[in-house]
Amino acid sequence: MTIFTPTNSDEVLSTVAWAAAEESPLEILGHGSKRGIGRPQQSEHTLDLSKLTGVTLYEPAELVLSAKAGTPLADIEKLLAENGQQLAFEPLDYGPLFGGEAGKGTIGGVLAANLSGPRRLKAGAARDHILGINAVSGRGEAFKSGGRVVKNVTGYDLSKLMANSWGTLAAFTDVTFKVLPAAETEVTLAVRGLLDDAAAAAMALTLGSSAEVSSAAHLPERIAARVAGGTLGNEAATLLRVEGFGPSVAYRIAALKTLLGKAGPLEEISGEASRVIWRDVRDCRPFADGSEKPVWRVSMTPGEGHQMVLTLRMQAAVSAFYDWQGGLVWLRMEEGDPEAALLRGLLRKHGGGHATLVRAAPSHRAALPVFEPQAPALSALSARLKQEFDPKNILNPGRMA
Amino acid sequence: MSGLAMPKPDDATMRRRDEIVADMRIIVPGEGVVDAANSMRAFESDGLTAYRQLPLVVVLPQTVAQVSRVLKYCNDRNIRIVPRGSGTSLSGGALPLEDAVLLVMSRFNRILAIDFPNRVVVAQPGVTNLGITTAVEQEGFYYAPDPSSQIACSIGGNVAENSGGVHCLKYGLTANNVLGIEMVLMNGEVMRLGGSHLDAEGYDLLGVMTGSEGLLGVVTEVTVRILKKPETARALLIGFPTSEQGGQCVADIIGAGIIPGGMEMMDRPAIHAAEDFVHAGYPLDVEALLIVELDGPSVEVDHLITAVEAIAIRNGSTTCRISQSEQERLSFWAGRKAAFPAVGRISPDYYCMDGTIPRKELPRVLAGMRELSEKYGLGVANVFHAGDGNLHPLILYDANVPGELDKAESFGADILRLCVKVGGVLTGEHGVGVEKRDLMPEMFNQIDLDQQMRVKCAFDPNHLLNPGKVFPQLRRCAELGRMHISGGKLPFPDIPRF
Repeated sequence: MTIFTPTNSDEVLSTVAWAAAEESPLEILGHGSKRGIGRPQQSEHTLDLSKLTGVTLYEPAELVLSAKAGTPLADIEKLLAENGQQLAFEPLDYGPLFGGEAGKGTIGGVLAANLSGPRRLKAGAARDHILGINAVSGRGEAFKSGGRVVKNVTGYDLSKLMANSWGTLAAFTDVTFKVLPAAETEVTLAVRGLLDDAAAAAMALTLGSSAEVSSAAHLPERIAARVAGGTLGNEAATLLRVEGFGPSVAYRIAALKTLLGKAGPLEEISGEASRVIWRDVRDCRPFADGSEKPVWRVSMTPGEGHQMVLTLRMQAAVSAFYDWQGGLVWLRMEEGDPEAALLRGLLRKHGGGHATLVRAAPSHRAALPVFEPQAPALSALSARLKQEFDPKNILNPGRMA
Repeated sequence: MSGLAMPKPDDATMRRRDEIVADMRIIVPGEGVVDAANSMRAFESDGLTAYRQLPLVVVLPQTVAQVSRVLKYCNDRNIRIVPRGSGTSLSGGALPLEDAVLLVMSRFNRILAIDFPNRVVVAQPGVTNLGITTAVEQEGFYYAPDPSSQIACSIGGNVAENSGGVHCLKYGLTANNVLGIEMVLMNGEVMRLGGSHLDAEGYDLLGVMTGSEGLLGVVTEVTVRILKKPETARALLIGFPTSEQGGQCVADIIGAGIIPGGMEMMDRPAIHAAEDFVHAGYPLDVEALLIVELDGPSVEVDHLITAVEAIAIRNGSTTCRISQSEQERLSFWAGRKAAFPAVGRISPDYYCMDGTIPRKELPRVLAGMRELSEKYGLGVANVFHAGDGNLHPLILYDANVPGELDKAESFGADILRLCVKVGGVLTGEHGVGVEKRDLMPEMFNQIDLDQQMRVKCAFDPNHLLNPGKVFPQLRRCAELGRMHISGGKLPFPDIPRF
C-alpha cells in the first residue's frame, strides 16, 4: 500500500504508466470529500492529487479559468469572488453529509462527480461548463481534449465524458472551466405552509413564467428548520430564488407575488440570508445529521417527484425534500434499509430518471448498485468505453459497478 | 473536388449494389428507397457544396425499427452508412460516400410530446430547429439554440453537430439544451440516454454523442428543454474606429457582469457589403460595428442599455444607436443576418470559415488575416460572435477561375492555423466534417486523436458509420487497443510517497 503524491503532470503520467504496467489498481483521490460515494474501494495503491495545485490561467474578461486538478475548490471560488465571478453551476459540497468538514474538495473532483446545485436547470452542471482537460488514461498515456474557448466543436467532447466518471476513465491533471459573472442581487421568495402537491403546482406555475426563477425548492414541514440554522422555522417553505441586477430582481419578485396570489403567506429573504439557505439546500444539509442513515439523490422529472414520494411513504419511513431546479428529490430512509429495489421500481413508474445511493453503510454500498443500473445495451457500451480508456482496469476499479 | 482523400470504395459492396437496394426495399417499403442517379442528385452534397458524391443508395426510414434493421443489416455485411438530417452542414458532415448507404432522417418529422409544466419537448430528429419553437410559441415558449440555418436544419443534425447560434453565450449550445436522446448503434441496438430528467446515471454518453458528427450513432428521438420567451429585447448598434476598441468594449461589458443575449461584431468589408445589400443604416466610416442585444423584463433591459451605452462611449465609440422600437431592433439585425448573402453579391463565391479565438486576440488575428489576404490575393470579410470569440471569416473567390477554390481553401486553412496558434480552435460550431479533417493534427497530437478514435471503437468497432469524417487517418480498433508497456519500473523514483 503506497500513497503516491505527485506534484506535476509528468509524475502523474509516470505513476499511472507504472501502475498500468504492473496491473496494480490505483484509488484516485483529491481531498477525499466524496470518498464515501460508490462501491467501497480495495485498490492496492492511492494516487493522491491534492498536491497537484495551482490556478494556471484566469482571464475574467474571457470568462475562463484553468487549474491543476488538485486545486482546492474553495481557493478557486475565493479567487472568482474577488473578481465578481463564480462557477455558475454551484458545485455542491458533500462534506457535511458525510460528517466531514465543509469547504473541502478539489476542482478535479468537481468534474469527476459532475457536481451541480439548485441552479442546475438554468445554469447547468460541471459538464456544461468544462471547456478542456488534460488527463492520463488508464493506458498510461497523457491526452487532452477541448480547449480554453467557450465555443468549440473540434473532435469528440471527451471533457464531458469525464463528467460523472468518478475517476474510472482517467486521472485529470488540468481542467479548464467557463466562469461567469456572479449575480449582483439575490432575493428569495418563500411561500409558507404548502403541502407537497400544492408546492409542486406553485413551482410549476412560477418556473413557467418569465420571472426567470433561478432556483426552486420545497422543504416540507420540519425539514425547513434544518437549513440556515433554523431561521426559517418549522413550517414548510417553498423557496424561489431570483438573481440579477437590482431593478430587475425587484420587478420579477413583484411579478412572482402577483402570480402566486393567495397561494400562502409570502416572505422575502435577501442577500446573505438567501445565499445561506441555498447553500444548505445545495449541500443536502437537512440530512447532514452525523448518521449513516441511507440518503438517496434522485434525479427525475420534477413534476412527478411528490407523487413518487407519496407512494413511497406508504411502504417505507422516509424524509424527503425537493430541489426542483436541481431536478432532484433528496430522500433519507429512516429505518436504515436503503429500499433500493422499491425506490428504483417506483422511479421507473414515475417518468424514469436515476437514483444514487450517496450515503449508506459500507455493507450496503458493497451489496447494492450505488449508481442506477443501466439497461443491458447501455451498460455494455459503458463497459466498452471503460475498456478503451482503462483496459487493465487500474483506475478506481469497481467504484461505479 | 480538390485534393480530399475519402475512404476507398469497397469493391464487394459495389458489386452487390442491386442486392443491397432490393434488401433495403424489404426493410423500408414504399417510397423510402431512392436508387436512380437523377433522384439521388438532390442528396449528393450538403451545405459544403464544393464537394459532391452520389451515394450507393438513399434510404429514408420512417420507424426506429427500420433504422435499427438497416444499421444491423449493414453492420453484418460490412457496408458503410452516412447519416443525414436536413443536409445543412457547412463542413461536409453529410457528404455521401460512393459505397455507403445514405440514411436520411427527414421522415422522422413529428413532435411527440410537449410538457409545459416540466418545460420539455420530445421530437423526432427530422423536426426542424425552428419547428420546435413554432410548436410551443403560442404558450410563450421557445427553443434557445438558433443556428442561422434554423428554418431548415433538423434537431437531430443539431445534436450531431452541437449547433450554436447568436444567443449561445447566454443560453448555451445544443449540448446544454438537450436532455435526452434515443439512438441506434451501428449494430442495431436501440438505447436511450437521459430523458426529461437531468444528467446521466453513469458516463455522460449524451455529452459525447452531442457533436459527434454522426460517427457514433443515429439519433432517433430528442428531448429538449424549452424556455419562456424574454418579455422584451432591445439592441444597441455601436461603431468604433478600430477593432481594438470594439474588442475592449466587449471585454468591458462582460467585465461589468453583463451577459447579453447576443453580441455580434462585423469588420469594415462585412459592414459595407451588408449596408449595400439591405440598407440597414449602418455607419460606413467605422472599422468595427457591434450589435449588443439585451433581453429580459423591460426594467432590466433599460437598466443594462444605459450601462452598455456608457461602456461604449468610454471605449471611444463614434456612433451608438439604441433601438426605440421592435422594428428598429430588427433593422439593426437585418444587415448582420444578411451578411452571408450580402457577401455573395460582391463576390461570385465565398467560403465561410469557423474558428474560435480568445477574444483578446481579435486584433492580432484580423491583422494576420489582412496579411494572408494580400498573400493569396483574395478578399475576406469578417462576422464575429463577439461574446464567445467565434469568428466567421468569409473568403471571397471565384470558382470559375481555375485554382481559385484551392487558393481559398489554403487561405482558410491558414486562418484556422492562426486561430489555433493564438490559443483558439479549428471550429466553433460548424464541425470538422471533411472540411477541417486534415487540420486536426494542428490541434491534437496522435495520442489525443487515438483516444478519440478509441471512443469511436466502443460505439462502432468496424468504422462503418460516417467514415472519412473528423479523423485524418483511420486506425483499426484492434491496433488502437494494443498497449505498449514500457516496463514495470517507476521512472520517477523520487516521487513523494507514504
